[in-house]
Amino acid sequence: MTITDSHDAALTAEQAEARERIYALPLESLDPANEAHYPSGDIHWVFERLRAEDPVHFTAAEHSEYGHYWSLTKWDDIRAADTNPKDFSANGIITLARPVPESMTEEEMEAQRRQGITSLLSMDPPDHEIHRGAVSEAVAPANLAAMEPLIRERAGAILDGLPIGQEFDWVDKVSIELTAMTLATLFDYPQEQRRKLTWWSDVITSAPGPGRAVENQEDRVVAMNEFFDTFNDMFTRRQSEEPRVDFLSLLAHSPHATDFTDRELFGDGIVLLVGGNDTTRNTITGSVYALSKNPTENAKLRANPALIPSMVSETIRWQTPLTHMTRRTTRDVEINGKIIPKGDRVAMWYVSGNRDEDKIQNAASYIIDRKNPRQHLSFGFGIHRCLGNKLAELQLRIIWEEMLARFPEINVIGEPVRSHSSFIKGYESMTVVIPRRN
Amino acid sequence: MEVTFVLQDKTTRTVEAEPGWKLMEVAVDNAVPGIDGDCGGEAACATCHVYVSPQWREATGERTSDEQAMLDNTFGVREDSRLCCQITTDEELDGLIVEVVGS
Ligand code: FES
Repeated sequence: MTITDSHDAALTAEQAEARERIYALPLESLDPANEAHYPSGDIHWVFERLRAEDPVHFTAAEHSEYGHYWSLTKWDDIRAADTNPKDFSANGIITLARPVPESMTEEEMEAQRRQGITSLLSMDPPDHEIHRGAVSEAVAPANLAAMEPLIRERAGAILDGLPIGQEFDWVDKVSIELTAMTLATLFDYPQEQRRKLTWWSDVITSAPGPGRAVENQEDRVVAMNEFFDTFNDMFTRRQSEEPRVDFLSLLAHSPHATDFTDRELFGDGIVLLVGGNDTTRNTITGSVYALSKNPTENAKLRANPALIPSMVSETIRWQTPLTHMTRRTTRDVEINGKIIPKGDRVAMWYVSGNRDEDKIQNAASYIIDRKNPRQHLSFGFGIHRCLGNKLAELQLRIIWEEMLARFPEINVIGEPVRSHSSFIKGYESMTVVIPRRN
Repeated sequence: MEVTFVLQDKTTRTVEAEPGWKLMEVAVDNAVPGIDGDCGGEAACATCHVYVSPQWREATGERTSDEQAMLDNTFGVREDSRLCCQITTDEELDGLIVEVVGS
């Protein structure tokens, strides 16, 4: 085994030791949802082992703070579950949520309940089609084509404003900036306050704690309520205005709008917010990181910018910005020789399926001109497949076209700080230096 | 046999095809723009969406149930919409014309 997560070099002593440690654990104790595996990248060893030794894996409650759940780690099993909404229901469930602690107050329970949201992503047919259909026009091909010049102009302005020969945080100055602007456009939210959207999304996706988006559960409740009120307010205003193609206006003017409950609308809002935020942001950062770690690939790209779209797809596979989605079985389901009892939670680990050697050759390597780069699990398959995938690809393509036109090199300094999350696979910060312009 | 793709810019692209392939595979092999085939032909991504011209409707068959579920969640769906990974080329489809929708 000479392949690491980030490049083809031999394992560092540290990585080899981490891998050995994972392989020494009792198989049944492996808990892929354990956040501790993520900032270090150790999670890839957990999945490597599970794919080989126990591809449909059960984690008992005693081994996980998320309670008991199943893990699918092979491409074929993930695809089978994702395309079978009858047996694997999305109803009310997206990610593995922690069980509710007994000490919770009423208010905290309410916030938790809101977080266990009902949304287009956590609905089965036929409700799913109604909610998805209501908002999809915002990211339909015609609207994307209309947005392209705007995104390009913004990308150019962001890049032109970067310091030269000086260290700065790529995540903050580029990745968040561009995605927040796009998000504000999609929600028709004031551009000056766009970072609010980023912050709400961070609050929603990360557990409270020191150094996180919010310090504690109380602050989290306040933040969620603020988003809820803002969203509601915008929705009400849109109802009395002319229809437009932002998410809120589309929801407000849907023929089904009167049937939508507050909770559903709020859920749709959260999914559209998070879906448009972390994923693209972390893929932008991931592309800069992966190319800096793989000089041969970087050289290929710079010699042939026509490889940008394929590089983008390869980064989306390699990064897998959302590690998994969760389903609940509606009956006892047999999959790959194991029977998952009715009502159990099943995590479909896209991040593992995207490294499955039975499906993808040299899956651990980052190869920007590989055959079939679009075949990856990062957007999911089936009826819940990512609605904004083309918008994500568009933003990635544009920022890279503009970057190649401006900067002959971008150097990553040290290692990025990775997110402490088993859902969002991303970066908190990444220091870079751009030595000069073209 | 030959099949013709009408592209999104309304130009046409006629390509040679062997019988027994998924129409999506024929398109991807010939780099027909607007047909991505992300899921490899499992009716699970809707990136191979086409409109089938009226005279070819019968010969291309009915939508499968997985295909229908994906079409319920796709942009620009019409009565003549198909996911072309669910159409298999055969001699009877020689001369087939489909319009690429794009996703
Ligand atoms: S290739 Fe995915 S639906 Fe046809």
